[in-house]
Amino acid sequence: MRLRLVLPLLLSACALAPAQQNQDFSKVEVNVLPVQGNVYMLVGSGGNITVQAGSDGVFLVDTMYAPLADKIVAAIRTISKGPIRYIVDTHVHGDHTNGNEALRKAGSTITGGNVSADIRDSAEGAQIIAHQNILNRMSAAKGPDSVASKAWPTDTFVGDEKDVFFNGEGIQVIHLPNAHTDGDSIVFFRKSDVISTGDLFTTTNYPVIDLDRGGSINGFIAALQKIVDMIIPVYGQEGGTMVVPGHGRLCDLGDVLAYREMTIIIRDRIQDMVTKGMTLEQVKAAKPTLDYDPLYGTSTFWGTDRFVEAVYRSLKDNKK
Amino acid sequence: MKYLNLAALAAAVLLAGTASAQINLSGTYAMTLNEDFPERLPGPEIGDYLGIPLNAAARLHAESWDASLLTLPEYQCRVHPIDYVPSFFNIRIWEERDKDSQQLIAIHQHHEAWGTERTIWMDGRPHPPEYALHTSQGFSTGKWDGEILTVTTTHLKEGWIRRNGIPRSDRAIVYENYIRHGDHLTWVTVIHDPAYLTEPFIRTRDYTLSTGLVMGAYPCESVVEVVMPKGKIPHHLPGTNEFLAEFPARYGIPTEAAMGGAETMYPEYQQKLKTLPKPAPLKKK
Repeated sequence: MRLRLVLPLLLSACALAPAQQNQDFSKVEVNVLPVQGNVYMLVGSGGNITVQAGSDGVFLVDTMYAPLADKIVAAIRTISKGPIRYIVDTHVHGDHTNGNEALRKAGSTITGGNVSADIRDSAEGAQIIAHQNILNRMSAAKGPDSVASKAWPTDTFVGDEKDVFFNGEGIQVIHLPNAHTDGDSIVFFRKSDVISTGDLFTTTNYPVIDLDRGGSINGFIAALQKIVDMIIPVYGQEGGTMVVPGHGRLCDLGDVLAYREMTIIIRDRIQDMVTKGMTLEQVKAAKPTLDYDPLYGTSTFWGTDRFVEAVYRSLKDNKK
Repeated sequence: MKYLNLAALAAAVLLAGTASAQINLSGTYAMTLNEDFPERLPGPEIGDYLGIPLNAAARLHAESWDASLLTLPEYQCRVHPIDYVPSFFNIRIWEERDKDSQQLIAIHQHHEAWGTERTIWMDGRPHPPEYALHTSQGFSTGKWDGEILTVTTTHLKEGWIRRNGIPRSDRAIVYENYIRHGDHLTWVTVIHDPAYLTEPFIRTRDYTLSTGLVMGAYPCESVVEVVMPKGKIPHHLPGTNEFLAEFPARYGIPTEAAMGGAETMYPEYQQKLKTLPKPAPLKKK
């Protein structure tokens, strides 16, 4: 039964997430890194999970892969014994949402009032908050993101933002349109001073511009700019607001600036080539990413060619 | 009882003798500028990559770099990384010892430039996991090799080899040696960067112990110096940086040599240098 549930989820995980079908999850460790305030980062396989914990329970950002759920819960239990109350999906890709159902089941939400429109019984599990476009894709009758209803978001929002007050701090779930996908959100823990970015910022690969799901290079740059604008460092480019990336190591302003710098410079180079009428093949041959390839071009699922092609098509189609 | 006290004293002297194999670096040091003055204070010229074992990726990064980047408010107070900050100003070094055992826990440094501080852990602790935060000063552990303090630094943020756009990646590991001869301190840095260097890059800087030195504070406030659209990053598109030609032309250095690479570090390169064409002198505008 468990395999029957897990396999369709794994297979539906899109091609723009790190490949996991062949992964041996039994060898994956889920490690805990304290960030600051009430916030921790879980590192395993798939996207990083952000954990905020306190007397109200546990708030999660993203859920990695379902086969890791037991290890994720065990890691959370080293931080807090409280119930998992909320989960935020930063975007639809399977490496960030594949564990939705399992982690939701591991939690419970206080229901009643108008919350009963989302969840009738606390035994149904934790609330899953996400932008409406994620639910639209997950609940579609057909499509690469279609998943079983128990993995769907239970509490969606449209517009710019959804706010929650939990464990003594305001939490902003902020939608950034047409960037990585059309359903991206970042999560800002205001008192702990931590931003969880999903795949709008990573340290391991070039920006993944998922054109088929509404992503665009200029939207991605606008999202990075928004993150930069929210960060207040202690001095220079360091300390102060901490940033949990979708993949890779814990960061602060300096790292986000370096990533924004890279993204804008490569966008400008490819835009110049598009303006000159160069074909995609000519653009690739010109190696517009050469100086950043040692850092970001080694990703096996989103290498240089795919990135250059996505930027080219995004600019050629003039997607905002 | 008297004999016992003498024995204890003798043991203490012997132990102190052992400990003195580890030089005490504590003190305030003034930077000592010699032939490295142009590199350490004014800084390198645009397009001068001589003697740097950089690869093609690093070269493109440097050729694209535009100094106007530093006018952006978010870049104005960026501190120099640990492998570059020894270029500047004065430093203070002090020890942190366990009160009871007097074991050396850490050696601390304060840099007058940008007020940066770093800790070199001497207590044998491991480096953090790769997914921990990287910083400009990195995470350092040290040990004594005779009278030389040797330091290994990981978890560095992206930095620079020179102040003209030559990058140093966040994957780099920096090794350092602190060598003290009386009041003279030689600080050696060796950068291993798998992303941007084809060979390790070695650099030394000199300092002189200065007991009367008082360091000032180094506050830094960002302001808008040049109004630019949000999200604009000053840079040169490939092939458009006209300033690159100035350095080789000004000094009559073959353009190929100015582009650097590991080959240009070694004495044998002088033979090749003689065979390379020199650029035309700069035209006065």
